[in-house]
Amino acid sequence: MTIDWELAASSFWPMLEGAIKGTIPLTLASFSIGLAIALVVALMRISRNRVLAGVARAYVSVIRGTPLLVQLFVIFFGLPSIGVNIDPWPSAIIAFSLNVGGYAAEVIRAAILSVPKGQWEAGYTIGMSQTQTLRRIILPQAARVSVPPLSNTFISLVKDTSLASLILVTEMFRVAQQIAASSFEFMALYLQAAAMYWVICLLLSMVQVRLERRLDRYVAK
Amino acid sequence: MSPSKPLLDVTGLQKSFGENTVLSSIDLRVNPGQVTALIGPSGSGKTTVLRCLNGLEQPDAGTVAFDGGPQVNFDSRTSRQQRESLRTRSAMVFQGYNLFPHMTVLQNVIEGPVQVQRRPKAEVIAEAEQLLARVGLAEKRDQYPHELSGGQQQRVGIVRALALRPSLLLFDEPTSALDPELVADVLTVIKELAEEGWTMVLVTHELTFAREVADQVVFMDGGVVVEQGPASEVLRAPREERTRRFVHRLLNPF
Repeated sequence: MTIDWELAASSFWPMLEGAIKGTIPLTLASFSIGLAIALVVALMRISRNRVLAGVARAYVSVIRGTPLLVQLFVIFFGLPSIGVNIDPWPSAIIAFSLNVGGYAAEVIRAAILSVPKGQWEAGYTIGMSQTQTLRRIILPQAARVSVPPLSNTFISLVKDTSLASLILVTEMFRVAQQIAASSFEFMALYLQAAAMYWVICLLLSMVQVRLERRLDRYVAK
Repeated sequence: MSPSKPLLDVTGLQKSFGENTVLSSIDLRVNPGQVTALIGPSGSGKTTVLRCLNGLEQPDAGTVAFDGGPQVNFDSRTSRQQRESLRTRSAMVFQGYNLFPHMTVLQNVIEGPVQVQRRPKAEVIAEAEQLLARVGLAEKRDQYPHELSGGQQQRVGIVRALALRPSLLLFDEPTSALDPELVADVLTVIKELAEEGWTMVLVTHELTFAREVADQVVFMDGGVVVEQGPASEVLRAPREERTRRFVHRLLNPF
């Protein structure tokens, strides 16, 4: 087997461009929106309102029980048949956000529940309302607990965005596919794509370690 | 009995958790500047009384009134606002400290006054530093709770309560979670506060301490007040057999 190194080198820049213009913004947008959804869903699940808790539980169950690719296809290829046409980019962001929302909701819910009940009571005794206690006392502590599992979600998302190539979003993997299709150098291009995803995830793991260290300053070793 | 108006007047307080009646009908009057010790076997409802006063539990029936405030009647449906108005009159010191682990000592103390009471931050910090110095923790202001010993954490817990400027301090077994050699530090602080004239209700198993500091002792068992009166009477010459047995057992464990 021979690998065309020159082609690999010349396709690095277009692929990097695909990462910068596709993979990274897609990941960041979906993760931010997904986290916001997750926080709301987590609070709904914890709430004493049975309807809200039930809706949240059903949402999490559907998201976790169906493949991401199917979710993506339902939104992009399925919805048009009931008259809802969404462009590739928004389709991808909607699908990935909803997906992150489902997974991260469980992480955030567990993190909130891991904060001892006495912390809520201490918030109340200094006169705080439930919302104030949640925001100032509980969530900062839950955030620390959530960083490792949420980093997993984030890193999975980086790789999952490659699925968007299937609904014609020009992200890094679609660039690799296009070059491979015209040059027939499948091995070179796909290995290169794999290497580039790996480097991105490696960098993210390093960010995770630093973030954890920063949040750890108030925790007994 | 002092002729002045009581600071706190509780009548007919009742609380059940499901089938389990924790408080049958509790009456309690606390005069300004008075120290009240709630004593009794575990499960007698002492802590629940404190938690009802601080709004951490919702009583099923009874009334609670603070001097100058409305009488909150729990027989009818009380509004959330009424319950929360009760909470602002008292501040709780917990058995397990419950300091905020993500905040420094100083941040723990100023959180309530600044975030809830909206008092000017500079003024609150100055006051907090004074209070911390009083309990011997001035140099700990920028440390996190996990860097302190249990006794130091509990003293921060007391300062956090004081900084709220409550009319009533509630102590829920403040020394029960402490190593024996750290108990004295915390009791000394509480005693000084009593001498300064703070009004407090204290759930405690430290009978010797109660005898020395408390003006009034309330002995509870099974959700009722069995006996109450001046500390000297209830602890030295109890009238009721149950009180006598309890006091004897605690003062002579072997």
